[in-house]
Parts: sequence; C-alpha cells; structure tokens
Amino acid sequence: MSILVNKDTRLLVQGITGNEGLFHTQQMVSYGTNVVAGVTPGKGGEWVMDGKVPVFDSVKIAAEATGANASVIFVPARFAADAIFEAADAGLELIVCITEGVPVKDMMRVRAYIDQIETRLLGPNCPGILTPGESKVGIIPGNIAIPGNVGAVSRSGTLTYEVLYALKQKNMGASTCVGIGGDPVNGTNFIDVLSMFEEDPATDKVVMLGEIGGTDEEKAAEFIATKMTKPVAAFIAGQTAPPGKRMGHAGAIIQSGSGAAADKIKALEEAGVRVAKHPEELPDMLG
Amino acid sequence: MKIHEYQSKRVFAEYGVPIPKGKVAVSPKEAYAIAKDLGGKTIIKSQVLVGGRGKAGGVKLANSPEEAEKHAGNILGMDIKGLTVRKVLVDEASNIKSEIYLGITNDREKRMPVMMVSAEGGVEIEEVARVTPEKIIKMHINPLLGLQGYQIRDIAASIELPRKNWKEFGVIANGLWKAYNSSDATLAEINPLIITEEESLLAVDGKMLIDDSALFRHPDLAEMRDLDTEAESETIARENDLAYIQLDGEIGCMVNGAGLAMTTMDIVTLFGGTAANFLDIGGGANAEKVSAAFRIILSDPKVKVVLINIFGGITRGDEVAKGILQAIEEVKPEVPMVVRLVGTNAEEGRALLADADMITAETLAEAAEKAVAVAKEA
Repeated sequence: MSILVNKDTRLLVQGITGNEGLFHTQQMVSYGTNVVAGVTPGKGGEWVMDGKVPVFDSVKIAAEATGANASVIFVPARFAADAIFEAADAGLELIVCITEGVPVKDMMRVRAYIDQIETRLLGPNCPGILTPGESKVGIIPGNIAIPGNVGAVSRSGTLTYEVLYALKQKNMGASTCVGIGGDPVNGTNFIDVLSMFEEDPATDKVVMLGEIGGTDEEKAAEFIATKMTKPVAAFIAGQTAPPGKRMGHAGAIIQSGSGAAADKIKALEEAGVRVAKHPEELPDMLG
Repeated sequence: MKIHEYQSKRVFAEYGVPIPKGKVAVSPKEAYAIAKDLGGKTIIKSQVLVGGRGKAGGVKLANSPEEAEKHAGNILGMDIKGLTVRKVLVDEASNIKSEIYLGITNDREKRMPVMMVSAEGGVEIEEVARVTPEKIIKMHINPLLGLQGYQIRDIAASIELPRKNWKEFGVIANGLWKAYNSSDATLAEINPLIITEEESLLAVDGKMLIDDSALFRHPDLAEMRDLDTEAESETIARENDLAYIQLDGEIGCMVNGAGLAMTTMDIVTLFGGTAANFLDIGGGANAEKVSAAFRIILSDPKVKVVLINIFGGITRGDEVAKGILQAIEEVKPEVPMVVRLVGTNAEEGRALLADADMITAETLAEAAEKAVAVAKEA
C-alpha cells in the first residue's frame, strides 16, 4: 500500500517532447513507472522512448486511447494553468505539476476550479511523488529512497532528497514521498497528505518538511494534535531567513507577523511533533 | 516587483481611476515648468520605493512654481531609508475633506484576492489596522468571477460613503480591480482615496506590486523595474536566473533548491557561524550558471569561506564541479572552499574536483561544521 501513486498508476506526460519532459520520462520509465502516453499539441502521432510511448495532441485524446489516470506536467510556466485545466477536464484523478514560476493569479483560478471537482492536484513547483519500488511521478531521484514505512511530505524539493537519503543511510525506507510544492497557492496542502498517511496501512510514521511563509504548518499542527495517531517528526527550513525577503520559493517569505519559522516550530512542538534542528537528525527521531 | 507611485497611478488611470494632474521631474527646473503649467498649488513628492516618504521630508506643498523648484531642489538627491531620490512627482494639490483607504491584495489562506477598505485612510492606516481592525472592511473576490457590483455597494455602505459618491466609487473600485487583475498585481493600493472639498473622489497616492512570475506577459511593466532597490549583486543574479539574497554573515553559500538553501543557512547558524547569503542555483544548473553564482558570492568582501552544498537531482554533480573549476580559473579565489556533493553524478563531480584545493564533507552537518571552523580561523 501507499498513497496517490502505485504500480497501477497509468501515467501521461504533458510536455513530453520538451528537454525536461523527455529526460524525466526516461528516468520514470527506467524506474518502472507505467508511462502510457505523452501529450504535446501539434506532435500527435509521434512516438518517444524508442517507439514505446505514443504522443497525442491533447490530454482527452490520450486518456481515451490509453486509459491514463494520472498526469505529470513539464510545460513552461506560461502554459501551466492551461495544461492543468486540460488534464482536469479530461477527468484524470491525479495531476502533478512540476513547473516552477507559475503566476499566482493563474494558480488562484486553477485552485478555485479544482476545488469544485474530484481531481487531486499536486504542485506546482514541486518535485512530484515517489512510492519507492512502485512508481515515480516527477523528478525525485529514484535511487535515494528505499521502500519502507515512513510517509514523507514536503514543500521543498532538494530538502526532501536530503531527508530520503538520510533515512536510507539508516536503512529506513518510505511508503510514499509527496512533494506539495513551494508556491503560496498550490493544489494540495499538508493536512490533505497527513490525513492520507493516517489512513494508509503501509505508513507507520510521518516526516513533514515545512518552510517559512503562510500558515499551513500551523494548521497541520492542529490536525496532528486532534486527528492523528501516527507519530510525526518535522523540520522547518528558513529559521534564519530575514523577514520580507522572498527566499527563492515564491511561498517562502515572512510577511508582517506571520509565516516565521519560530511560530511554526512552536505550534508543531505543542502538537507533540518532534522538530529537528537539522534534517539529518530526523531518522533518529523516527527510529 | 515594486513600481513607483507615478507609475502605479498611471496604470490605475488607464482603468478609469481619477488621479490628479501631474508629471515627473528629474530636475528643479523641470519641476518649476510643470508647476507653472499646472497653475495654483502643487505637491512635490519624492519617488522612492519605501514607505514613510512624508515623515522623511520627501513630500512638500508648494504655493508657487518658485517654491516647487525650491522643494524639488531639496528633495532630489535626498536619502530616504538608504535610497536616493532621483525623481519627483509634481501633482496638482487637492483640497482634502476626508481620506479613504482602498486596496487589493492576495489572501494566501483563502487563496483569492481581497479588497480592503477603510473610512479612516491616510498615513496611519497600519495603525488603524492594528488597533481597530474592525474599521477595515474586507471583501474577498472569487478569481473565477471577479469583483461584483453588489460587493462594491456593500463596501460603500459599510464605510458610510455619501450616496452621491457611490457611482464614482463604483468606477474606482472596479477600475482598481481591473488594474490589479490585468497587471498580475499582488498589491494595488490607493491611500488615500480622498473626498475633496468639492465632494468628488480622487486617487492622490498609489502603490503597486507586480508578481515577478507574471512579468513575461507584461513587458511594459517589467521595464519599470527600479534597480536602486536591489544590491548590484542581486541584479546580476537575477539576470543569470539565480535566486540570491545578500546577508550580513561570513560564510558564502551555494546550494541547489530554495528549501535546501534556507536549510544550509540555518545549519551554518546552528553550528555557530553566519551565512553571507541565500543562493539557489536552481534545478538543472550548468557550468556557466555555477560559475556566475561563484563570482557573485566572491564579490562580497565579507565572505571568508564558501560552502557548496549540492544534492544532485536534475542538477548534475559533474556539471557543478565543472562550473566550480571554471570559476576558480577566472576568479582565482583566495578564500577556502568546503564542498559537499551528493546525488546524480556526484562521484564524477568529486573526481573532477580531486586535484583542486578544497575541503570535502560527506554530510550536511559535517560540511557546516567545517565551514564554520574555517571561517573562525580566517
């Protein structure tokens, strides 16, 4: 068991013929992900991956032809919202948007729409999702994680790799690792993923990687205190970030009186979460 | 990205918001000519991208063109919170009866824009928000629907705006929303929106922030960027597509990924050091980009050691190593370096760096500890 993706996931790649799309499709296929189709408008009829993956002009045509139930998006930022709407309207259950730098106005419109339908959106600006040994959707390097019982959820990409790798050094594995992305408006938040881990029989404990900006970590703390039985350990990045500066991620900014790391750490500790001083401490905290 | 008052007001005016007659001057002579043209009293306003201009003496009322020239002479070149005044706006002065605050920003929690209005506008609005938050009316705007007519009427009623001004207010509120939405703004603010002695509404001050990620569809707004507000190194970083923020410490950091870059700063502090910067080289960085990042870090004279922490995913360790070698060749740095490479092609990267004179580390903690130790010795 796992959450969101597994060996039955039939994946479609939007933007499959672009540099990044092609490179990561290769990586996903070698990992064993079932990539059934690609979409690039204007390139329908072509094949990629040595003739193994067909390319279609639209998500709807691709989904009808291949039975795809999930999509991963690698299109440039200016086309990302359109790509998400397209996948949602084609009825896909899961959309993972890797694209970085999507305008916040576009994401507010996307989120307002997505909230009205059943589709689950991860990202944008996220590394994707990995169920070790079964399916990798996105760009998380497959070799840094092994199957196990730790559920991981994170707002950041490489920080997630850091923690998966640290777990692996201690021979600890992950049930599923979910990147929710670093943007202020995204498709899925901590609580959504924490509740899935709480329900998932394969997950025994959870590691949560937050960062400065917004109040999602505080809300997660309340959820953990009231609804979760499984132990959670956390790390919050940006403890030394100066207020008012955008720390790379559009979401990572401390604004007048909210979003500071100290507030998040306090809320989490009060909820019984063990908060690490640095990410390499996390495996022992979960031990 | 912030844009100036005069630029913001021009954007608002394009969407039907009434603003005072006025023009920008870069010299006292120009200010004189503009004031003479406008006739009557004028107001001379410094154009710098910080708050508190009035309190700093950067806003003055002039009764004549001569006075306008004199004030412009005093204000131009003035230093306001570290920024030099290079332009003044010369606006027709208005007779103010009362001041309203009208602004739109994104409510991150509700994931939609929110219009905020107060009958107690003016320079003390933040104080009003702090002490009497009930005096700020908030109206959320569904991003799929836009601002609706009834919402504007509700706002006008809740701030007890005289009924005779409702129609005018509707045009202004709608105009501000359209300006906000069409420009991909993250803040659009009129403070104050005044009711004049003649009982009409006028936007005498304006402020706008634009979403950096959306500038690709607003080349006209992108050109308005004022480079004075960022350090030179930050400008170079932006042009090289690197996320860089200069800080006060001694340990230069080069990291891939924003979360890991913040974590690296944190861990440096945890082990008793201070970070000189935040720097995210981004995913898939090549040798050129790494080399540019290196030069930016080394241009900061406070840097005593450079800590390179790369977790290869899309970014490949060998590319990073090539960039480091290229930069060493070009810059010939005298400061020591601590390098930690993990992930994709890390071994190839480490092999490339084997002959270079640098300190290596296996874990993040070890890298931070070593960097702090080196900085203390230097």
